[in-house]
Amino acid sequence: MVEPFSQSFLIEGRNFLNAGKASTEIKSILKQLGVNAAFIRRVAIAAYEAEMNVVMYARKAKMTFQVTPQVIKILVNDEGPGIPDIERAMREGYSTATPEMREMGFGAGMGLPNIKRNSDDFTIESEVGKGTQLGITINIS
Amino acid sequence: MLLLSEIRELLSSEVYVGEEHLSETDIKFGCASDLMSDVLAFSRSGAVLLTGLVNVQTIQTAFIADISAVVFVRGKRPADDIISLAKEKRIPVLGTPYSMYEACGKLYAKGLTSTMEPAVSNGFQARI
Repeated sequence: MVEPFSQSFLIEGRNFLNAGKASTEIKSILKQLGVNAAFIRRVAIAAYEAEMNVVMYARKAKMTFQVTPQVIKILVNDEGPGIPDIERAMREGYSTATPEMREMGFGAGMGLPNIKRNSDDFTIESEVGKGTQLGITINIS
Repeated sequence: MLLLSEIRELLSSEVYVGEEHLSETDIKFGCASDLMSDVLAFSRSGAVLLTGLVNVQTIQTAFIADISAVVFVRGKRPADDIISLAKEKRIPVLGTPYSMYEACGKLYAKGLTSTMEPAVSNGFQARI
């Protein structure tokens, strides 16, 4: 039985130096909690893609990470430009990345689809000019 | 399946991180990409990643996706920050003078299969 756990991370937009720190910490915590490795990999990939999206596009975000014996949830609430056309953004291969983002190996248009395919439940809401909220749930029981 | 020490020989590699673990690290699959999102989407745990993308995000991605080792192709050398992160995350890092194409060919010819298979099957199309 996995012990309940909760922690929040502040992610700064454009801070490429720290990009990935929250997700790698989440992965380490899940290992310590004794969660099955296959679940950890899915959570880590979803969290990392979400974190990179914030770093690349938003001003900042709060990432909340919750573990219960049944589910792992990651909620990302960013302040940023928002997504005008969510359906398009969810399409594999669609990307608005800049050359700088591509140099880092991102911007292949796989981020949001990748988050969704690693989630058991995925929600996305966005308001242009305000920000985007993601809800990622992975069942572990 | 290949040992990482066999991969070092096949690719005439330099070893930047993890020399002491090469002969005890099993590599089950191979994947090759300069796009980290594609690695996250299509890799599997226990794979070796061949890439020409030499930056910190390569190591972060390898850690996140349970990649067992990273090989930089085309003779690219990692900077100190990349090496220190790989040491911290315990990810072996090698470098080969071969091109991506040649390096992949050499490993594939020895029976190392691709990771190119979706890790989960809960659909890839948006359901908005």
